[in-house]
Amino acid sequence: MDLHTLTLTSLQARLRAGDCSPLDALEALEQRIAHVDPKVGGYLSRNFQKARTEAARADVSLPLGGIPIAIKDVINVQGEPCTAASKILSNYTAPYSATVINKLRAAGAIPFGRLNLDEFAMGSSTENSALQRTANPWDLTRIPGGSSGGSAAVVAADEAFASLGSDTGGSIRQPAALCGCVGMKPTYGRVSRFGLIAFASSLDQIGPFTKTVEDSARMLNVLAGKDPQDSTSLELPSEDFTRLVGRDIKGLKIGMPKEYFIEGIDPQVDAAVRAAVRQYESLGAEIVEVSLPHTEYAVAVYYIIATAEASANLARYDGVRYGRRAEDVRNLQDLYIRSRSEGFGEEVKRRIILGTYVLSSGYYDAYYLRAQKVRTLIREDFTRAFTKVDALICPTSPETAFKIGDRSDDPMKMYLADIFTIATNLAGIPGLSLPCGFAEVDGRPLPIGLQLLGKPLEEANLFQIAHAYEQSTPWHKARPTL
Amino acid sequence: MSDKLDVRYTAQLARLELSEAEVTRFQTQLSQVLVYVEKLREVNVDGVEPTAHSSALHNVFREDTPRDWFTSEEALQNAPRQANHLIIVPKVIE
Repeated sequence: MDLHTLTLTSLQARLRAGDCSPLDALEALEQRIAHVDPKVGGYLSRNFQKARTEAARADVSLPLGGIPIAIKDVINVQGEPCTAASKILSNYTAPYSATVINKLRAAGAIPFGRLNLDEFAMGSSTENSALQRTANPWDLTRIPGGSSGGSAAVVAADEAFASLGSDTGGSIRQPAALCGCVGMKPTYGRVSRFGLIAFASSLDQIGPFTKTVEDSARMLNVLAGKDPQDSTSLELPSEDFTRLVGRDIKGLKIGMPKEYFIEGIDPQVDAAVRAAVRQYESLGAEIVEVSLPHTEYAVAVYYIIATAEASANLARYDGVRYGRRAEDVRNLQDLYIRSRSEGFGEEVKRRIILGTYVLSSGYYDAYYLRAQKVRTLIREDFTRAFTKVDALICPTSPETAFKIGDRSDDPMKMYLADIFTIATNLAGIPGLSLPCGFAEVDGRPLPIGLQLLGKPLEEANLFQIAHAYEQSTPWHKARPTL
Repeated sequence: MSDKLDVRYTAQLARLELSEAEVTRFQTQLSQVLVYVEKLREVNVDGVEPTAHSSALHNVFREDTPRDWFTSEEALQNAPRQANHLIIVPKVIE
């Protein structure tokens, strides 16, 4: 048995039964990574030496005891690099750990590796990484999605049992869809953002990538919770997110938002998602058509709000306290300008400029304030829909993975890749992507993702609904040949 | 709204210096984005409250009590230039 192919839940059962040790699991991953990561390129760095020390004394009775977890390189782990895939942070060492890392460690997990992403999580293909190229494990000439491309690719390629990503406009769900794994964005405020390098603070949320829905629920059990260090994290009673996993879904109402089944969707994606809808009907769910009338404005609202927040968040990179500093500068102003101009990549600069513009005097009301008002209407669309249904079903992405290099010159086309994931973040609701089939493209199978959206704080129901479909279909068992 | 985005001037506000090629490219690309977001003008937002973030939290306070955090060595470990527990920057006042 190749340990690296196990799900988190099945690895845990073996660890607890004493069939293998945390060190065995780690070694299996190390070998798998050595074998396939030269092709996939998911990892930016990993620290197996430190991980082995932790594995040797791991307590497998803990919720994630002895399980190695890979981390998107935008979440601080004390003593490890945290580059955000940017030149500006290429020499940075995290002086502290994010709350999610402390929670993983307290649950016995072993954070061991750092995963590639679009620079500062800005992108939908991981091509904006200033450090490395990551390929889709199903077709190495294609992108893994983004921004958490590394997080999705390594789980899909059995180079990790689970990983962490962050999702600002789809950055967990879209790469999960394109790589064929489960990606979950919790309700805004469910998981602490403390120690996550900020992109757009009102939208960012950390979440897990896993091989199954049950694994995802187990990860959220550990990640969730109020954190005094993040004032936007919510004070809620603790709950077991696996508690509804395995219950049947007879009589549940699932809404098909008609604005998410539109012209322009790849026909194979459309067919797979509609087949999933029929599968839900056969499982006893009631399918209801609903409308989210402001959907067509979500991308425009997002690219105003997200860039505005990013332009403010990225002002901290000034070459003074940490990060890359330009050489031979004339004065302090020159130090700021040159450090930032040399350190940031093109997409980051583009978004900072757009964000600065929409916040600038004379344009604030027309762009930023108006976008915030339309954001309210987008939220209200969901609130209204959720009075009629328990969850929503739609494609995660309108297409399958595209070729590396295909979109890099057309930012607007790249922004539209997130058309079905963005509104979720604007509304703050939870969303999950899981595999729902394959498209055949150039004679190769490419994964298709099904997106389920839930009411705020009802992640447990989302896992129930996702699990019912997953277990009645074969898709989650498929693996790429590498 | 207008598409009068002056890329060079806005970059200056953001403390960025762009190459000629970047200015030209961004001018075209960002103008396209601004044309795209023009569609927000169609939406009637009369009487609609803006959403800054999706949770209902406001004015979160904590007790103002001292606690352990970074030592100065830890806080300075990533500083590009430092001496005597201070960060060195170019002369600010001529």
